[in-house]
Amino acid sequence: MRNNRNSTLVNEPLEKNQNRKKYCRFKKAGIKYIDYKDASFLLRLLNEQGRILPRRITGTSLKFQRKVGQAVKRARHLALLPYVADSLK
Amino acid sequence: MANQYETVFILTPVLSDTQTKDTVEKFRKLLTDQGVEFVHEDPIGLRKLAYPIQGKNTGHYQLFEYRAEPGVPAAIEVEFRRDERVMRFLTIALDKHAIDYNERKRKGLVGKKTIVESPVDAK
Repeated sequence: MRNNRNSTLVNEPLEKNQNRKKYCRFKKAGIKYIDYKDASFLLRLLNEQGRILPRRITGTSLKFQRKVGQAVKRARHLALLPYVADSLK
Repeated sequence: MANQYETVFILTPVLSDTQTKDTVEKFRKLLTDQGVEFVHEDPIGLRKLAYPIQGKNTGHYQLFEYRAEPGVPAAIEVEFRRDERVMRFLTIALDKHAIDYNERKRKGLVGKKTIVESPVDAK
């Protein structure tokens, strides 16, 4: 996915948006508890197949990634979120 | 030392209104018999399920939030398992962040603004 250096004539701008500093959105927003009943919020953390997004994509810290995982699994148990979906978004 | 618990359960949609009310009333009475202090009740009502449970695609959701002694939820869950009108149930203990969140949510303080878009959009 990262385009290597010699293939592009203009070297600087393309590199710029690739390595933006990732941050944990929960710490930044001061969110302390992830509610398993709030399906619309949890959808943001799932991909199209309904699977939980990895930390390297969302940049979430380990502590909150565990809370996200737990909330999503509870929501799935209560049929608020599907276990497997084809076109979720 | 009383903990705060939150129980959500789903009733099968086949029931008539009165039957649904009776079931919810039955579980509320069960809880009050155990000497439970109700904090919040939320009849969420009929909702579409994300996947079919027992062949049904909708269910009547009901939420109880209460303060109780540690043994109480286990006794209630035995009743949930026994009652065939309840399709699914989930009881969780609330920690201080959860209690605070529920309080703020009831006061409507949990607005849209606290949600920050993720820095890297999900592929």
